[in-house]
Amino acid sequence: MRIGVFICHCGSNIAGTVDCPSVAATALTYPDVVFSTDTMYACSEPGQDAIIQAIKDKNLDGVVVASCTPRMHEPTFRRTVERAGLNRYMFEMANIREHVSWIGKSKDLNTGKAAELVRMAVEKLRRDKPLIPKRFETVKRVLVIGGGVAGIQAALDCADGGQEVIMVEREQTIGGKMAKLDKTFPTVDCSSCVLGPKMVDIAQHPNITLYACSEIEAVGGYVGNFQITIRKKATYVNWKDCTGCGLCVEKCPSRKLPDKFNENLCNAPSINIPFPQAIPKKAAINAESCIMLTKGKCGLCAKVCPVKCIDFEQKDELINVDVGAIVVATGYDLFDWHKYPQYGEGRYPDVITSMQYERMLSASGPSGGHVKRPSDGKEPKNVVFIQCVGSRDKSVDRPYCSGFCCMYTAKQTILTKDHIPDSQSYVFYMDIRSPGKLYDEFVRRAMEEYGAQYVRGRVAMIYPKGDKLIVRGADTLAGTQVEVPADLVVLAVGAESAKGAVQLGEKLRVAPDQYGFFVESHPKLKPVETNTAGVFLAGACQGPKDIPASVSQGSAAASKVLGLLSKKELESDPAVSRVNPARCVGCGKCIQTCPFGAIKEVQDRFGNPKAEVIDTVCQGCGICTVTCPQGAIQLEHFTDNQILAEVNALCPPKMFANYE
Amino acid sequence: MPAQDVRELRIVGFLCNWCSYGGADTAGVSRFTQPTDLRVIRVPCSGRIDPLFIVRSLMNGADGVLVSGCHPRDCHYAEGNFYARRRLEMLKRFLPITGIDARRFEYTWVSASEGQRWQHVVTEFTRRIHELGPAPTFNPASEADWNTLAVQAGQGQTCPCHG
Repeated sequence: MRIGVFICHCGSNIAGTVDCPSVAATALTYPDVVFSTDTMYACSEPGQDAIIQAIKDKNLDGVVVASCTPRMHEPTFRRTVERAGLNRYMFEMANIREHVSWIGKSKDLNTGKAAELVRMAVEKLRRDKPLIPKRFETVKRVLVIGGGVAGIQAALDCADGGQEVIMVEREQTIGGKMAKLDKTFPTVDCSSCVLGPKMVDIAQHPNITLYACSEIEAVGGYVGNFQITIRKKATYVNWKDCTGCGLCVEKCPSRKLPDKFNENLCNAPSINIPFPQAIPKKAAINAESCIMLTKGKCGLCAKVCPVKCIDFEQKDELINVDVGAIVVATGYDLFDWHKYPQYGEGRYPDVITSMQYERMLSASGPSGGHVKRPSDGKEPKNVVFIQCVGSRDKSVDRPYCSGFCCMYTAKQTILTKDHIPDSQSYVFYMDIRSPGKLYDEFVRRAMEEYGAQYVRGRVAMIYPKGDKLIVRGADTLAGTQVEVPADLVVLAVGAESAKGAVQLGEKLRVAPDQYGFFVESHPKLKPVETNTAGVFLAGACQGPKDIPASVSQGSAAASKVLGLLSKKELESDPAVSRVNPARCVGCGKCIQTCPFGAIKEVQDRFGNPKAEVIDTVCQGCGICTVTCPQGAIQLEHFTDNQILAEVNALCPPKMFANYE
Repeated sequence: MPAQDVRELRIVGFLCNWCSYGGADTAGVSRFTQPTDLRVIRVPCSGRIDPLFIVRSLMNGADGVLVSGCHPRDCHYAEGNFYARRRLEMLKRFLPITGIDARRFEYTWVSASEGQRWQHVVTEFTRRIHELGPAPTFNPASEADWNTLAVQAGQGQTCPCHG
């Protein structure tokens, strides 16, 4: 074999702490290496051209590039060697940047380590075989999980692009957090007027099927061919017939449980439609509080329903669909502020969250758009806003910035002045973070035109005095302590990962980060892809985001899906397991072990049972290879011999010279 | 870092591509300084790691072997790390029987976002191996010597490498 080795300087990223020419010289002493050089940027156009030229000039049949992580540029260099006429699997990478130059300080030790990593790559390459990918067809259907604004955008874009879309929403209606908002920054336009038409489009688009009150039960398969099981939860209302007239909602005598859509500001009837613009506009019964379902009598809703669609016997339903790609848009939840003792831990009814305030401001909210104190229903005059409640605070394990709280607080001070002209808003803040088009101008307007008083400092405590709440905090710019008598305190609660996101991630094989937000494939270059092919992210499930960013990401995810499904066939990774029938004893252990059902039993011409791998189903994990007692099934590109060759390159056999 | 002041020891790492290799990359991108003893072998999944690889490394004179995969329930291949966990736990209990100090082998879980955790794992494991020192060697000069040693061991005499 004729191997060429290329040691990348990566500018000074590698060359700064690794002696690249010396590594290249050492590599020349390795078996089968006939050419070795160092290069400034292997991934640049001249760098790639130099590799191609060397393959042609030196008649190479395998290439090792020592540079950054293969998770970054392996596909790039595979295409490079392919352009030079080699099979793309006759290529190995040694990671001498992330694993060497960026973590080790000593140039000597780094250089030695780099040379050894190159040696491992050479030994593996010597045992590589050319592999040819297989092709398979994809299901032209998309699953969108979550019906918030990001999911809505992704679904509409996919549907407009001609794909069939299945949207699954956990709640009774789509719209997500945005549907709860009164107005949006920085334009102060009505949230439901912007979102409403898009929600209607979801309901009416011929390519979109919506399952509300539904969750993902199970996910199987792989890119292009996922098998999804959806659990449609019992609503005790036959949605085919329900017209959403709302008669049952009016008559329901049980109003015990707090209304989740209205952020627990009021109680909801047991049979309910969350809000007038709900999509689907169908009633659903809450089994926890319904008198008929808990005590077995009542049934008033069934009596008044003009189309007789109430069904107390309804059960959960499982629906199976096949899809080619999945968009995850499960959004976020609000931080539970009760962890903070200084804000009263819930003892004072007039300390509320920003989302509760939003519902108060909304004309479709429980108070019809009139701001009232929860304690006595009076109109507040002094409203204090506290920022960074559950953001940028290590003490509650939320060190990240939620990003949108500064902006919505500014919006809420403006709305407060609009609703109550003789009111005064105070904002306790740490820093104002308002990067975005027209964002900073908007905050300045809140201060200058609407007279919101911004106080830079944290709040130490809130305590009641008469019918007021005294907010005591620091003013770090004036260097004093301040006390503000407040009628209402609004906490700008931060975003955290949605409840159940981690469990959903397990089903989808998408890893969450330490705070429960899903991890994208690359923080800069692959912001909507995940490490699982065919699964894409949109919106705040990947990290806190405001509406424009969520919508952009929804569209970005849709464009990725459309790109994927526009191909008639996909190429499968040929680095899959392969059975050597001569060694296979037909024990079937691999068949039981395979998590993807990619191995089947066949018979050879003598009628003996043998294992056979279905190429396009195999995902290349190699669990079967370890399970096989005969070493008969080998994962291509990661065979036992290849890994042992790497081990031997690192630790030469000691017992006897002729041990191998 | 005391580990860097002395001679490097031979530590072999087997990392799954999706979580721990990514975690090691994250540590690199974040410039989290680590001891340089570790050499990483990339495998698709911790379920691909045959205990044979680890035993072979140790037999060949590795001073330590570190295995890392995705956190349980987070496997890119759904259940590969469950297989890995069983196999590696069995191996860990079995190693003393072969005469290899089980402290020279460790397995752990590091996700792709846990760069800091990876730095901690590598630093701690390297420190442990340096405390244990180089693995005892077994270097008979010839096959005849080996046979003599084998006979001695068969007669219940102490093995030269494990005292």
